[in-house]
Amino acid sequence: MKTYDLVVIGAGPAGLAAATEAAKAGLSVALLDEQTAPGGQIYRGIETAGAHRTAILGKDYAEGRDLAASFRASGADYMPGALVWNIGTDRVVEYSGNGSSHRIGSKAILSATGALERPMPIPGWTLPGVTTAGALQILLKAAGIVQEDALIVGSGPLLWLLAAQMVDAGCPPRAVVENLPKGRMTAAARHLARAMRAREYLVKGVLLMRKVRAAGVPVHRHATELAIEGETSATALTFMARGKAHRIESASIALHQGVVPNQQVTRLMRADHVWDASQHCFRPKLDGSGQTSVPGLYVAGDGAGIGGARAAAMQGRLVALAIAGKQDERASRLSAALAREGAVRPLLETLYAPAPEVLAPADTTIVCRCEEITAGTVRRTVDLGAPGPNQIKSMLRTGMGPCQGRVCGLAVAAIIAARKGEDPQVTDYYRIRPPLKPIPLLELASFGDMAAE
Amino acid sequence: MSMNERAADTLVIGGGLVGAAVAYGLLRAGESVTVLDEGDVALRASRGNFGLVWVQSKGDKMHEYARWTRGSADLWPEFAGLLAQDGGIDPDYSKPGGIHFMLSEEDLEKKRAQLHRLHNSLEGQEYGAEIIDREQLDAMLPGLGPDVVGASWSPHDGHASPLRLMRGLHSAIAAKGGRYVADAKAEKVERDGSGYVVRTAKGAFRGDKVVLAAGHGNKWLAPSVGLDVPLRPEKGQIIVTERVRPLIPMPTHVMRQTAEGTIMVGDSHEDTGYSDASTSSVVSDIAKHAVRCFPALGQLRVVRTWGAVRVLSLDGFPIYQESATHPGAFSINCHSGVTLAGAHALALAPMIARGRLDASLDAFHSRRFEHATAH
Amino acid sequence: MPRRIDPEGKSIGFTFEGRPVAAREGDSVAAALTAAGLRDLRDSAVSGSPRGIFCMMGACFDCLVEIDGIPNRQACMIPVTEGLAVRRQRGAVEVRI
Repeated sequence: MKTYDLVVIGAGPAGLAAATEAAKAGLSVALLDEQTAPGGQIYRGIETAGAHRTAILGKDYAEGRDLAASFRASGADYMPGALVWNIGTDRVVEYSGNGSSHRIGSKAILSATGALERPMPIPGWTLPGVTTAGALQILLKAAGIVQEDALIVGSGPLLWLLAAQMVDAGCPPRAVVENLPKGRMTAAARHLARAMRAREYLVKGVLLMRKVRAAGVPVHRHATELAIEGETSATALTFMARGKAHRIESASIALHQGVVPNQQVTRLMRADHVWDASQHCFRPKLDGSGQTSVPGLYVAGDGAGIGGARAAAMQGRLVALAIAGKQDERASRLSAALAREGAVRPLLETLYAPAPEVLAPADTTIVCRCEEITAGTVRRTVDLGAPGPNQIKSMLRTGMGPCQGRVCGLAVAAIIAARKGEDPQVTDYYRIRPPLKPIPLLELASFGDMAAE
Repeated sequence: MSMNERAADTLVIGGGLVGAAVAYGLLRAGESVTVLDEGDVALRASRGNFGLVWVQSKGDKMHEYARWTRGSADLWPEFAGLLAQDGGIDPDYSKPGGIHFMLSEEDLEKKRAQLHRLHNSLEGQEYGAEIIDREQLDAMLPGLGPDVVGASWSPHDGHASPLRLMRGLHSAIAAKGGRYVADAKAEKVERDGSGYVVRTAKGAFRGDKVVLAAGHGNKWLAPSVGLDVPLRPEKGQIIVTERVRPLIPMPTHVMRQTAEGTIMVGDSHEDTGYSDASTSSVVSDIAKHAVRCFPALGQLRVVRTWGAVRVLSLDGFPIYQESATHPGAFSINCHSGVTLAGAHALALAPMIARGRLDASLDAFHSRRFEHATAH
Repeated sequence: MPRRIDPEGKSIGFTFEGRPVAAREGDSVAAALTAAGLRDLRDSAVSGSPRGIFCMMGACFDCLVEIDGIPNRQACMIPVTEGLAVRRQRGAVEVRI
């Protein structure tokens, strides 16, 4: 078994930057990524998107090119198409690639597995034609496909970025339906002074909204009672806004309610996590060098708490420097830049905190898409006395389907916490077990022999 | 510390399959019951149960256990019906008979001798398991691998969903007016007049009787009521696949298909203390064995693996006992929480309600370990 | 309807439910099906309810399809190659012994 100084999981900005930096510092580095090309989701298709697509996706997207190119030139071993499905307590990384499973050893592991979109359970959200907003953006980045007459629903910076990109692609959405409660602007305003340190983000946001409006896209604000109609696929969105019931027909409805750290690797490793009340999500507890409570397991990027692509790359570099023992002046400069980068977060987090309606779905709404368990069933089982997400999982199968709780986890935890009237930190989250994603039984059966070699 | 209101007839410490089944049975017997349980993350052997209601090969070295197990299997149909009626949750029980594969002629002969021995000593009543050859096996279960030479088969074997059983028991407990308190790990059990008080982070709870059904926790709770419960941990790991259409018509000792369609594959026996971690080498061996028995399983994707810590007595058989020094205090330990759920709810609980275990359970007292060595 | 924004790209052919579908090089199966207006990819194994693509990044496992005879594959994670045979899934998959 080959052993590396550093194994990086994930080829988004944090992983690419960390692998590049660590290799430059002389460490032996392997980067494993499930996708077939570098970039992660934020820079998806970065090496193949042509000039036209890149122009539509914008300048921020184009920044990914240098990251990918530097990584390619860094000398780090790149293993695309590698699905990491387990990590042992001995830091042996087990992964599936080309139809069989393999293992590599590591002195340190960096989990750079980024973010997932926050679940947005509303009636009808399992119908074909309903996707996440991220999904529409990935279609655009990776395949140059845009949905005509789509509805963009929810809240968050990505919502407006996607809408603006669709305008630039010549396919403006039919409408943007924002579900932010009233009063958020006022609440967020108290963070304005601090956010001015990173004012380019504010300017960018305003320009995106302006572009969408200038294109004549109807914008509905403060929407509530969101629901999707359709028998075999989505046909319309209904909602209340300005005291009126609305119904907009569309066959493509994209939901978004912000992004949250992907906890699968850190939960698998049973690292300590903390509830981030500002971001409304769990994130791994990290020390100053990005190390979790599990020795040798590091996290950088959105998986450590949402900070965006630039911050992710900076964190990746910082963790790599820390692992390489190079806490030099450059590291201090990076830390300062990272702090400045984060200045806009309190404003964004206050403005775009998930809508109460999303955190408390109606009893009849499905929360676990795989096992088709409703919010009401979860609540009734809490009432029976089930103390938390793992007993709920045992009793109801929530999180037992193929997605392993990636989609429902935070929704279920929020429902339990609310029902019990306790802090989500106390409620906590699913325990994650291997494999991180399903692998064939035969592959697992053959793995023992291969591992012995 | 606040006293938590009224005293129950019985306090049950432990809300797993054992504690919940006994509590349900006590409620059916007309008692008032409070179940005290730990929080969301605890050892919880119930979460690792494979779901067999299994009679064959149990109790070779303890005939009372063979009879008790068979008795529980016989109670299961009634028990499942009552549970569905009282709590509204069907535990997906079925009894299509069960198969234990034999992968060599030698094993087959050993099993034949064991069954013969049991048949003789149990007057042919309790077991009913028989050896079947490959041809008979193929007629029952097509698709077996070439290494399977035969099997033992018992019509008394069946299976149920441990998850739905757990949910069903808790629903039925609530429906029958039982009180279940989670996040209330028993810290201390004390005499309180003629009854007992159990101290927990959620306050103190009183009961005329107390039943220790806390799995491994019994080991350190038992001395406070004058009992000795020698236990050892043993890890077992399980694999579960994606859902598929009906494929395996009856449970076997290495795999069974759940009512949902997933296939569970087990089992392992590891001495790793109280760790419930999943380990790839063991899980890989389990997978390899399953594919050897039933090659088509190789195509299925593994959705989850997990480990749990079995609660084993020194000889592996259950411990049922009441305290000689503390009247009304009982302790229960076993590692077959699903198989024995029928007996726990419908046979054991009525004894506890009456305040005395029947003489037929004497053999299960831990005094049997006084001269024993570890199993 | 979905629209492709790139003026050109190498065309690849595959089939969905036996009918030919045109994809572009670099498409995932899910992207190619989406571009062709095909949204109903399976009926769920739990209730038989219809499902299609959802997250497009391999997290949700909603876009499961049968590809070249192997069921439950994530359409969003598999690049289209010439001649792939993709089929819908109706409920839980059937295992051939």
